[in-house]
Amino acid sequence: MVRKRRRRASAFDIVNTVIMLLVIVTTLYPFWYCLIMSFSRWDTGTGFRLWPNGFTLNAYKLLFEDRIVWRAYGNTVLRTLLGTSLGLVFTALTAYPLSKLTLPFNSFLTNFVLFTMLFSGGLIPSYLLIYNLRLMDTIWALVLPNLVGAYNVFIMRNFFRSIPQSLEESAMLDGCGWFGILWRIVVPLSKPVMATVGLWLAVMHWNSYYDAMLYIRTDEKTVLQVILRRIAVERTSTTTAAMMANISQGARFPSRTLETAMIVVALVPMLAVYPFIQKYFVKGIMVGSVKG
Amino acid sequence: MTKKTGGPSHSPREQSLGHRVAKNRSLLLMLLPGLLLLTVFCYVPMYGVVLAFKDFVITKGIGGSPWAGLKYFKEAFRDELFIQSVKNTFILAGAKILIGTPVSIAFALLLNEIKNFRFKKLAQSISYLPYFMSWVILAGIFFSVLALNGPVNGLLELLGLKKIMFLGDSHYFRGVLVTTDVWKSFGWSAVLYMAAIAGIDQEMYEAARLDGVNRFQNMIYITLPSILPVICINFILTLANIMSANFDQVYNMYSPTVYKVSDIIDTYVYRIGLRGMKYSYGTAIGLFKSVVALIMVTFANTLIRRVGGKENALW
Repeated sequence: MVRKRRRRASAFDIVNTVIMLLVIVTTLYPFWYCLIMSFSRWDTGTGFRLWPNGFTLNAYKLLFEDRIVWRAYGNTVLRTLLGTSLGLVFTALTAYPLSKLTLPFNSFLTNFVLFTMLFSGGLIPSYLLIYNLRLMDTIWALVLPNLVGAYNVFIMRNFFRSIPQSLEESAMLDGCGWFGILWRIVVPLSKPVMATVGLWLAVMHWNSYYDAMLYIRTDEKTVLQVILRRIAVERTSTTTAAMMANISQGARFPSRTLETAMIVVALVPMLAVYPFIQKYFVKGIMVGSVKG
Repeated sequence: MTKKTGGPSHSPREQSLGHRVAKNRSLLLMLLPGLLLLTVFCYVPMYGVVLAFKDFVITKGIGGSPWAGLKYFKEAFRDELFIQSVKNTFILAGAKILIGTPVSIAFALLLNEIKNFRFKKLAQSISYLPYFMSWVILAGIFFSVLALNGPVNGLLELLGLKKIMFLGDSHYFRGVLVTTDVWKSFGWSAVLYMAAIAGIDQEMYEAARLDGVNRFQNMIYITLPSILPVICINFILTLANIMSANFDQVYNMYSPTVYKVSDIIDTYVYRIGLRGMKYSYGTAIGLFKSVVALIMVTFANTLIRRVGGKENALW
């Protein structure tokens, strides 16, 4: 009886392990395929494959020599740094007062923040707002609208509420004001939630293309994902042709190699930090009710 | 309300409002920049929806443009492309929910049965990797993977099947959108179910083991029913989002040949309203979407408060 049960369990284990391996393979293979294509010298007769078709580094050479790609990379890094650091400051400043039950009009103010999660004016009024504020073609059009998000405010507020009141009270007796308490006591105790919200903001900024596509008009000011979209998604022959024009006949490679190389260039920073940061994302969604 | 930072003998509620404002003025000051940002970037666009009821003239601004009444809403309901985009939104969002939910539940259940801790962690970390990639990157990758000379068609050929134009054929394109969306997000959705599974009382499994219950039965008769409340609540919350069929995905993957099966409300507003500069018409359609979405989420929240209790509700 015992042996029978064990054998059945191990059959289950084998099937289960195979399923998990299939999940891993189907998740990773598209990325792997993209990587091998970016080194491929030829595009013909590809099909299902595990290694590059011929080998060339010319697509990467072309991208690294391209001024616009570097500028776009720099702009993405800048908006991510600016958006994340300022975003954390303003989110904390909004969340901390809301975590205090003694705050006057607390429930009105909470609802004021909550409602922005439930209803929005939509694309065109937002577009006209940025236009009227004269923010078009500036990095502030990408940073300011994303500084304070209702969801992040609630995550942070819920965490702040879990900090023992006694610590803050003793600081207050020592003559510390609210700003001092937030900066010296609450923020140092809130590293986990700061990491989670900060990472979400950083990923959001790194990945966003839509606002830049709408609000940024000059190539010098645009972001990486917009250039990536132009090369790998829109695949307008003019962009690729202009980039390829300077390559000698002998060094030519298929446009797919350039497209996939551009994808890899945009992917690498994310993949490099992913193993170290992924656990903070998981912590972030376990906050329960938003309004609490 | 408990006495926390109030005076020694007064609870906050007993103090006059003026006193409380004075006492907490630096807290209110702290709140000011956030409220200002939300007012400018969320509430001003909400006021901007009056555009839907006006004939917008850009030189006159929103306030100065003449009123148009319900003209643009009437136009919308006679516009076949708009009607089609509403249908597509429901079909795509609905299919993503109906397929994505069971897939992520099944994945969580199976993952939970993996005995090797490191393999389990590895599989889970890899499963939600695509969730953090932008749709621009993923669309670029899928253009290569699903191309006529790409690996998926290569496999089809090996199996003796005909090659498929996945991204240009309206018979397959919705399937592509649903599959790639589920591929991107099932691992992340499973995190929620894994957390629920971690909270199950281990004594139940202990008792079942003594009764000679096998692991597959454990999964079906103990684990699944135990996380059923979480599944229901999550399902209701996802259903509330049925008006959003994922702009980023559709916009980066579709093309004119598949507009008919994939144009959703958001992409239609973008193309006709913004790129086509029909600002008032686009705002009207956008407002229709926002209002329906607000009704859906309010309804979902009320439902959860009834069946799942206040602590599970959004507010």
